[in-house]
Amino acid sequence: MSKELIRLSDCVMSYGDEVVLDHINLYINDKEFLTLLGPSGCGKTTTLRIIGGFLSPTAGDVLFDGVRINDVPPHKRAVNTVFQRYALFPHLNVFENVAFGLRIPKGDANGRKVKLPEQEIHGRVMEMLETVNLKGFEKRPVSALSGGQQQRVAIARALVNRPRVLLLDEPLGALDMRLRKDMQNELKRIQQEMEITFIYVTHDQEEALAMSDTVVVMDGGRIQQIGTPEDIYNEPKNAFVADFIGESNIIDGVMRADGVVEIFNRRFQCLDKGFEKDEPVDVVIRPEDVDIVDEAAGQLKGTVTSVTFKGVHYDTIVDFYGFKWLIQTTDYCPVDSRIGIKIDPDGIHVMKKSAYSGMFGDYSSYSEEYEELDVVEDEPEEGEGDAPWEGGHEE
Amino acid sequence: MRNKRGWFAFPYVIWMALFVVIPIVIMAVYAFTATDSATNAAQATLDNFTGMGLYLSVFLRSFWLAILATLVCLLIGYPVSYWMAKEGPRFQRLAMALIMLPMWMNFLLRTYSWMSILENNGLLNQFFRAVGLLDLLGVDHIQMIGTSGAVVLGMVYNYLPFMILPIYSVIVKLDGSLIEAARDLGADSARVFRKVIFPLSLPGILSGVTMVFVPSVSTFAISNLLGGGKQTMLGDLIELQFLGGAYNPHLGAAISMVMMVVVVVCMVVMNHFGEGEEQAVIM
Repeated sequence: MSKELIRLSDCVMSYGDEVVLDHINLYINDKEFLTLLGPSGCGKTTTLRIIGGFLSPTAGDVLFDGVRINDVPPHKRAVNTVFQRYALFPHLNVFENVAFGLRIPKGDANGRKVKLPEQEIHGRVMEMLETVNLKGFEKRPVSALSGGQQQRVAIARALVNRPRVLLLDEPLGALDMRLRKDMQNELKRIQQEMEITFIYVTHDQEEALAMSDTVVVMDGGRIQQIGTPEDIYNEPKNAFVADFIGESNIIDGVMRADGVVEIFNRRFQCLDKGFEKDEPVDVVIRPEDVDIVDEAAGQLKGTVTSVTFKGVHYDTIVDFYGFKWLIQTTDYCPVDSRIGIKIDPDGIHVMKKSAYSGMFGDYSSYSEEYEELDVVEDEPEEGEGDAPWEGGHEE
Repeated sequence: MRNKRGWFAFPYVIWMALFVVIPIVIMAVYAFTATDSATNAAQATLDNFTGMGLYLSVFLRSFWLAILATLVCLLIGYPVSYWMAKEGPRFQRLAMALIMLPMWMNFLLRTYSWMSILENNGLLNQFFRAVGLLDLLGVDHIQMIGTSGAVVLGMVYNYLPFMILPIYSVIVKLDGSLIEAARDLGADSARVFRKVIFPLSLPGILSGVTMVFVPSVSTFAISNLLGGGKQTMLGDLIELQFLGGAYNPHLGAAISMVMMVVVVVCMVVMNHFGEGEEQAVIM
């Protein structure tokens, strides 16, 4: 339906021995909302900077509308960026910040540089400020704005140039939870209204699932999976994706036949096919897909080791034969009680073994895992490839 | 004072009062009085100011040479600062050391060295003679010492670091993402400089200009040594009234007052131009 706009073809980015991007192949459709999702240092910001023109890949091609643009500088690309910390010009007021791009003479059909008439600039800036709900703020200095307002100015400043593509580098990272949710909806609305391709970088999986048409999960400079939010959540390709997107119990299993997987020496019905007989696999079971039943009726039997009230549900950690599962239910089961569980065939997802097998999915160190997540959220900045000057000076 | 630790500032406040405020008051008193030659008593008068027209040429020369020196410092200093700020930290440290190096030597010594370089029989003229330039021109020497050019050179040499340092420190702290943002919005390098880097380095330029202009306009050693007595500036004139043959502290005080007022007015006007997000340091 929609046509391809940007393609990264076998892109490699390396600094000396350090490979930041490892053979990235990716295409982005026109008018698509695509999110690059991954932990710090996964290469998502580097990918964005390559599309923006701030970095040139060590190897591989960047195509825009079928034309190779590897060496086209940022100011000649039909792409605009919303920077992580907004990067608003402190010496200009809101109006002039937004008008910055419009005041730059553009080459016309005959290659002559033409300035936009002041009237048109004024009209477009005011219209854009209205779109981002900042009407009446045009005379304010940007330093007098709140974080959310500065964010809107940054978005307006980029969009007023009517780019084909808007790049957003963790734009909501510095906002509080409430504001973040509002801005998510607003970004989605703007994207649909203006019919512009958005390429969005974040480490926040909820954000990615809520806004995107397509999610690209990255880790270690490689693309782990590309798909719709539903695909990524329901059909993760490997243990990394399953663990990074939402909560999952990832258990070693063996595929006994099409639709039959064995875990803990018990056979379960599942919907997955196409594996070899007796192939070792990773089995993902989402915490909300598990039903707690009487011990006697359970397919598996275990002991509750901890219960945390989360509002909508309880996070219950259950020990099955030494492997700790996270189960999310509205039923309360006291600690040390014996319970059984039932899993429907569509609650089981079977994945091929990968380099990530065995690294994730056990909840025996549950609380620690939460702390790790908090640390990641505290430092949204990625150290990769930050070269403020062309000469690349080190900090 | 609302700040509880405000009293920590008292020693400095007392210092300021004793050695800045009181002297200015004394100077003002001197400026508006004269000693009656018959009775030897001081009496209020405006004569010191009304008679100052005599020295108009000295005033003009002082300001002219100081403005010239400041401009030259800015023209040399800005590109140097910009270049330094763009280089790596090791280069920055080295460049900084080189810029500061002459400052470790005594100010008078540095100026005397320039004398021996610029003299009629000095190093430069000897060099010109050796390469045959003087014969070519058919002159015995090129007059350098005693010219206004020599004075400006001396001021530029001595005060250039005061221009470079504040500009450099502003540019080096400039957020690189602002430059990326400008490029992203379509600005080429020239426009990025004109619209982002230069306006944001204005506070540094203002401090630099102030720190070069103020000592330049009031210098007396440089004009004395390199101007060879022919390039009298305000500093020399004032010195002459207090220590020299023309002993008249009342006139000297009056000249100082006028100079101070003009400098302050200049600075206020300049700072007004640079009024924006970041305020420049006045002095």
